[in-house]
Amino acid sequence: MYILIAGGGKVGANLARVLLGDRKHEVTLIEQRRDRFERLELEFEHQVILGDATELYVLERAGIARPPDVVAALTGDDEDNLIICQLAKEKYGVQNVIARVNDPRNQAHFDLLGISPTVSATRGLMALIEHEVPEHDLVHLLELRKENLEIVEVQLPPGAPAAGKRVEKLDLPEGSRLISIMRNGRSEIAVGSTELQPGDQVLAILQPGKEDELRRVLLKT
Amino acid sequence: MKALVIGCGRVGSNLALQLDREGWDVTAVDEKEEALGRLGDNWAGGFVLGHGMDIEVLRRAGIEDADAVVVATDGDNTNIVIGQVAQERFDNQCVVVRVLDPARAQFYRERGLRTICPTSVAIDVLLESVRACEVRPAEASKT
Repeated sequence: MYILIAGGGKVGANLARVLLGDRKHEVTLIEQRRDRFERLELEFEHQVILGDATELYVLERAGIARPPDVVAALTGDDEDNLIICQLAKEKYGVQNVIARVNDPRNQAHFDLLGISPTVSATRGLMALIEHEVPEHDLVHLLELRKENLEIVEVQLPPGAPAAGKRVEKLDLPEGSRLISIMRNGRSEIAVGSTELQPGDQVLAILQPGKEDELRRVLLKT
Repeated sequence: MKALVIGCGRVGSNLALQLDREGWDVTAVDEKEEALGRLGDNWAGGFVLGHGMDIEVLRRAGIEDADAVVVATDGDNTNIVIGQVAQERFDNQCVVVRVLDPARAQFYRERGLRTICPTSVAIDVLLESVRACEVRPAEASKT
């Protein structure tokens, strides 16, 4: 695969190193800062170029017109990452773009402009923290943006309306399904005859926005 | 008529002042407090401190019922993103975006964003001036 990486900071440089280590991929790294570029050049030689990856001629020098199989916009600037992905997709027909979101508040802009998938260290950490120490009754585990679905986890409290009921008897919201339940450290796939018990950790897949309905069915007393 | 001017530097502040003189109800947005000083002591319009990428800042500045939005911070990419947010999220019909790089200005213009490129304007004006002064000595020497 040919992978174009914009941004030669820790994230971009490490990704380039890992990809090149596989020896299956061709990588071009674009870095804007001269001091960083010079350090990277010692390691990556001709595979790193100096320039602003939001400038068309820089992207073209890096081979965007071929086009690359993947463009990863990993700079520390969200606006730059957004523009790099838009140019790659819409001007040069790149099929796969990945954008780093530095400030999670900017996620909405990426969603609005159709740039996906995005990677956010903060969002990832928040998901891990919530998973380990659930503060909310419903934890988002995975967003499948393209499919417009998400996977969530809930733990049934004592006295939950769903406890003691079989899955087929639940009035689940349209566009949602239970995937599995975990009880005493063992998990099983949720089928119609599966009976829910207090303390069960339930995985569900649903369309974004159905969380409240799901909560009402499973959790509200 | 309400106008929102995002980025209150040399361009934005003068534009805000001119729109104000022409009777617009103007609110300026800038992340630096000093920017307010550029509008002068008699500024009666609005001023919101904050970054134009921040939806809350845009809302506080009244983007939802603005009749015109001018985006003129010193960052091309910031301007392009804010311009698209104003147009596509808040459905503003009149969004004007300053983009210094002619290549990006053209690409986004073709996509339906009203970009203004001061660099292209400067190039055209300079070219015209050069052409205008070149002709005369050549003609003079021929005759």
